[in-house]
Amino acid sequence: MAESATALAHQFDDLEQQREAGYLGMWTFLVTEILFFGGIFTGYTAYRALYPEAFAIGSHHLDYWLGTINTAVLILSSLTMALAVHASQLGRRRPLAGFLIATMVLGAAFLGVKWFEYAHKFQTGWIPGPDFAYTGPHAPQVELFVSFYFALTGMHALHMVVGLGILTVLLVQAWHGKFSPEYHSPVVVSGLYWHFVDIVWIFLYPLLYLIGAHH
Amino acid sequence: MNSKNPALVTPSPAQEPEPREHYLNASYGIRSWLLTKDHKRIALLFLASITFFFFIGGLFALMIRLELMTPPGDLFTAATYNRLFTMHGVIMIFFFLIPSIPAVLGNFLVPMMIGARDLAFPRLNLLSWYIYSIGGLFSMIVVLTGGVDTGWTFYTPYSSTYSNSQVALTVVGVFITGFSSILTGLNFIVTIHKMRAPGLTWFRLPLFIWAHYSTSIIMVLGTPVVAIALLLVGLERLLHIGIFDPRLGGDPILFQHLFWFYSHPAVYIMILPAMGVISEVITCFAHKRLFGYNFVAAAAVAIAVLGFLVWGHHMFVSGQSLYAGMIFSFLSFLVAVPSAIKVFNWTATLYKGQIIYSTPMLYAFGFIGLFTMGGLTGLFLATLGVNIHVHDTYFIIAHFHYIMVGGAVMAYLGGIHYWWPKISGKLYPEGWGRLAALIVFIGFNLTFFPQFILGYLGMPRRYHAYPDEFVVLNVMSTAGATILGVGYLLPLVYLIWSMRYGKSAGSNPWNAKGLEWQTSSPPPTENFPITPVVTEEAYNYTPEQVGHG
Amino acid sequence: MSHHVIPRRVYFVIAALLMVLLVATAWVAEYDLGAYSVVAALAIALVKALLVILYFMEVRTSGRLSWIVAGAGFFWLLILIALTMSDVLTRTAVTLPAE
Repeated sequence: MAESATALAHQFDDLEQQREAGYLGMWTFLVTEILFFGGIFTGYTAYRALYPEAFAIGSHHLDYWLGTINTAVLILSSLTMALAVHASQLGRRRPLAGFLIATMVLGAAFLGVKWFEYAHKFQTGWIPGPDFAYTGPHAPQVELFVSFYFALTGMHALHMVVGLGILTVLLVQAWHGKFSPEYHSPVVVSGLYWHFVDIVWIFLYPLLYLIGAHH
Repeated sequence: MNSKNPALVTPSPAQEPEPREHYLNASYGIRSWLLTKDHKRIALLFLASITFFFFIGGLFALMIRLELMTPPGDLFTAATYNRLFTMHGVIMIFFFLIPSIPAVLGNFLVPMMIGARDLAFPRLNLLSWYIYSIGGLFSMIVVLTGGVDTGWTFYTPYSSTYSNSQVALTVVGVFITGFSSILTGLNFIVTIHKMRAPGLTWFRLPLFIWAHYSTSIIMVLGTPVVAIALLLVGLERLLHIGIFDPRLGGDPILFQHLFWFYSHPAVYIMILPAMGVISEVITCFAHKRLFGYNFVAAAAVAIAVLGFLVWGHHMFVSGQSLYAGMIFSFLSFLVAVPSAIKVFNWTATLYKGQIIYSTPMLYAFGFIGLFTMGGLTGLFLATLGVNIHVHDTYFIIAHFHYIMVGGAVMAYLGGIHYWWPKISGKLYPEGWGRLAALIVFIGFNLTFFPQFILGYLGMPRRYHAYPDEFVVLNVMSTAGATILGVGYLLPLVYLIWSMRYGKSAGSNPWNAKGLEWQTSSPPPTENFPITPVVTEEAYNYTPEQVGHG
Repeated sequence: MSHHVIPRRVYFVIAALLMVLLVATAWVAEYDLGAYSVVAALAIALVKALLVILYFMEVRTSGRLSWIVAGAGFFWLLILIALTMSDVLTRTAVTLPAE
């Protein structure tokens, strides 16, 4: 109990108010993220409407299997994150740490796959700029698609890296017994962030990898 | 006490002793300020920073007006002039106007007005100031390394491809500062939702709080979009990720959509807090409840929401579709309605009030008149046909300066004066205050009214030279700007003077309602020794004998 | 936010549902539905997102304010996209009148 008392910040009247404030605060931040990614999605929507064939060509050049596997990896990581939050709500330190590690491993796996995809793009010259390798039909607009691919997945990957950083801090705190059934809102709030990054990918996957009929 | 003319009453010095310990002397040393979590100290940190940027932006304005004193472009080259007006706009908008009232008065007063000890996230609040300062540092580096010449609007493809100025540094600086705004908004939203004192229901809140709540909604929903728009411009410049490049089939107008989706609501970020200040000042110095409280509160939220639906009115001549233009024009007419409702309600509040012509009240009067003029000219601009004639002329410049300077800056100054006793524990010299307000009003009108005429006659904006027939109006404008500058310098001097030599204010020198006046001036660090319980409506003024302090 | 702890099996069920929907997304993509391909893909993505928001992010049990906040974010994005597209999709070539 003394643990919880010291966890109460001075501006709040009780832990419940503090917890509600943290939850609302993180959701408000996630709303800013919706609009942040949303700006790029808006551009994507405009150009896909204007250049449907070019976007299909660009999409076909992405690795459909890697994209699908990565989506499954992130869904699993959301499961392990939810289980981590659950463990923290019940004050189970070891399962909490275990599920946090599992989430981090899955997140790292996702980033590993992305690294591989990006490396492949570099090797084949599918990088926007004066040396863009594709010279077939609609080449300039295919370059636009690839720009969106990098902008969207790059911004997403950046958020994943930050997420891994947050989970690392959480893991250390969890291991040192900082959380309890009375006080575990950092875990909940970090979970919100992680799930949000998953949701962004849930939309990215079909919009980038599945344009035009795929076999 | 001035029983001869109650309307000119000067607040008398406090009868109560000055508090021995308060937020200003609770701890000493630079670390106690730079590492503070106290929202009141953070407000003062912001006050110092934005005052600095206000005068930098003002310097650029001075250079613009000096050039425009004569028809030929003889003081600066056109290329340099492009940098002057761009820096003026970037600094005034992103580093002065957007933070001004929320980060200074909002930070100081939001917790106090709701009876809280601090904001929900004090460390995020301090982070907000550091982020602002880092962004500000970027902008100063830009100033010192040649500036940027794209206009504050950064239109592509000039900004993304062709400009040879410090575009990347500038967009990075603005991008960073945007997060300061987001954090402030986030903090206010959570604080207002979760930390109101017992008995303080939503419809008992001061309108200053409603105004900042609405502003925070805009900050949170709009800022990320301009952030990504500017980031994409930066990426296009640095990494050739050409999203706006017409050579690839990119659409420069897409940038404008993303830019104005924020930048139009941004003007409501600038005016809503000002309207909040005006509601507080008018009720106090008319000593009367606000007429139509519910309507004014609802109007604040309506402005925040409707303000997101009109951005295309900045793009009527850009190549945007005519059909979209018609939609945006229609919606732009709608957004004027809640603003008008507020003006009617303030006016009705004044009617049969016991009016005191204090410095804050003088600024409030100025606000009501000048904001109304600026707002009405907005209706001209929302009209497609008229817009084609006056777009990119001085008519536009006059329109937005009436609202942002005649409106927002006057409200800011009014608010600073109104709450100065609470913030500093001292009274500023009222005579000087009134004089400065008058000088500001005269200087402002002389500067900007001629610009309406100039614009309508066809003088384009962003040009450093103009035909000879416009010289008289331009000289008037420059003369006005000089007077306006004097008006702004005066408070800087006497407010600082009052910190040392001003009379003690006491907890409530204006005899105002509101929780912030129930605690000492300056307040203790935790704001209230015991959390207040609210049992009455806001602005529960009853008519009384005027003339006591 | 409630003290209510959601049983673990709910999370497993939701995760399984998400995997099924993932397979559905990939499967639907194999058919050329023209303009409706993107509608189908987004509809499935929306369902997945809702499952994550309501269950993993516990919005279903968290009170009205989180619904409103989350909903507002998506709704505002819709405003941005819809009004932008109202321009992009209705541009016509401007021709000068014949002299």
